[in-house]
Amino acid sequence: MNDTFIKIKDVRFSRGGRWIFDGVNIDIPRGKVVAIMGPSGTGKTTLLRMIGGQLKPHSGTIEVDGKNISTASNQELYQLRTKMGMLFQSGALLTDINVFENVAFPLREHTKLPESLLHHLVLMKLQAVGLRGARNLMPSELSGGMARRVALARALVFDPIMIMYDEPFTGQDPISMGVLVHLIRSINDALGLTSIIVSHDIQETTQIADLIYVISNGKVVSHGTPDAMKNSESAWVKQFINGESDGPVPFHYPAPDYVEDLLGEAQC
Amino acid sequence: MLNQLQHLGKVTLGFFERLGRGHIFLVQVLAAIPGLFLRPRLIIAQIFSIGVLSLSIILVSGLFIGMVLGLQGYNTLVNFGATESLGAVVSLSLVRELGPVLTSLLFAGRAGSALTAEIGLMKATEQLSGMEMMAVNPIKRVIAPRFLGGIIAMPILAIIFSAVGILGGYFLVVEVLGVDAGSFWSQMQDKTDLIADVMNGVIKSIVFGIVVTWIAVFEGYDCVPTAEGVSRATTKTVVHASLATLALDFLLTALMFSDI
Repeated sequence: MNDTFIKIKDVRFSRGGRWIFDGVNIDIPRGKVVAIMGPSGTGKTTLLRMIGGQLKPHSGTIEVDGKNISTASNQELYQLRTKMGMLFQSGALLTDINVFENVAFPLREHTKLPESLLHHLVLMKLQAVGLRGARNLMPSELSGGMARRVALARALVFDPIMIMYDEPFTGQDPISMGVLVHLIRSINDALGLTSIIVSHDIQETTQIADLIYVISNGKVVSHGTPDAMKNSESAWVKQFINGESDGPVPFHYPAPDYVEDLLGEAQC
Repeated sequence: MLNQLQHLGKVTLGFFERLGRGHIFLVQVLAAIPGLFLRPRLIIAQIFSIGVLSLSIILVSGLFIGMVLGLQGYNTLVNFGATESLGAVVSLSLVRELGPVLTSLLFAGRAGSALTAEIGLMKATEQLSGMEMMAVNPIKRVIAPRFLGGIIAMPILAIIFSAVGILGGYFLVVEVLGVDAGSFWSQMQDKTDLIADVMNGVIKSIVFGIVVTWIAVFEGYDCVPTAEGVSRATTKTVVHASLATLALDFLLTALMFSDI
């Protein structure tokens, strides 16, 4: 069995005339928790969408479990997605049905399981995320953390072989954050999944990731284990890990010379 | 000058690009419809939310339009001593024109805007993307049932509008103004042809149903996924669907009821 589960090779992708990715290479090993980190706006979510086949790269290849996503037909993509789970930043729960039905949704769409079996499966997944008691609540009645846990249960209901997390820790209180950190790691190990976490929450991500890739300006600027990243000499990585306001990622958005700008304004 | 030309070119290209996208979208939706018949619950739910929930506005509007038609007709025809023709005036006006057209305009405002806003918000909150990642095609699961629901609901609403309008006209003309009930109904029966008038009116309402629902679901699906984008898309649905209804009404009337 090939140890590299996802292979991203020389991927280039542009949007609005700007290169989001300009030759990105990432290898994601099977069974590991891999974090893709980087400042906001570096295209981390775009990368997840490309792995899921929702966006196609302009050049380069993305292989998931040996299958080239960039050239896969729509039918092949849908087939492949039944093996993928994705946790969106917002949870992306269907707002017109309750928690139970949200988790049951993929099963109802893809299988004809008897109602009793479906009921058991959904309750098992809800139990795994600690929300069996919330089965009758509507999404509008859930807190942000609960919504993400329901979305996690839904992502797991089809027993995927990989799961992608888009900013799972953003806007969470410390308890919800702790719960999610624990769940992501324990579910990955218990089910033998491959997990990809897109995040810029350094402390939480380094706790559970086996491998970290840092991307910036359309390229991978560094990668390695969390410890290696903490001790990295790279100016990019240091700025990111230490949260410094200025450095390779400048504080100022590109602008004309300050003095000239002010004088020019005064002359007008 | 060059900038204006550039802008004009950009706007024109954008228009045709969007028109093309809209047609590709329509083909995808039509291709998804046969599979829906295996899941009739999805269609029934949409007929309920698009059709049944629009009933109140259709009933009230139909009633008042029928009464206004009766009153205006009476005020004119009474001068010629031809008030017995009011039954035909009311029914022909309603089944040929006002029923399908006004129902379509109300449908665009009530159900069309709701469809666009719902689909747009589903897009903005990543529900459609979420479905794609669950290997569920949102065009099959979300768009096609709404499209079909709209097409089925619209002619039924137009028929109800016309029927209630006729009852409103009857109430005002016969019960309030005292025109003879026998001549009201017999003139209506005599002058209203099932095929030429009623069926053509139903065909109009089916065409309006297709166009209005298509515009509504496309605007929602194609909107910019932000609060402003959804709001713009909803406005566009009402404006474009209303204009399309009026333009198509002229075209269909010219084809059905004249020798142009």
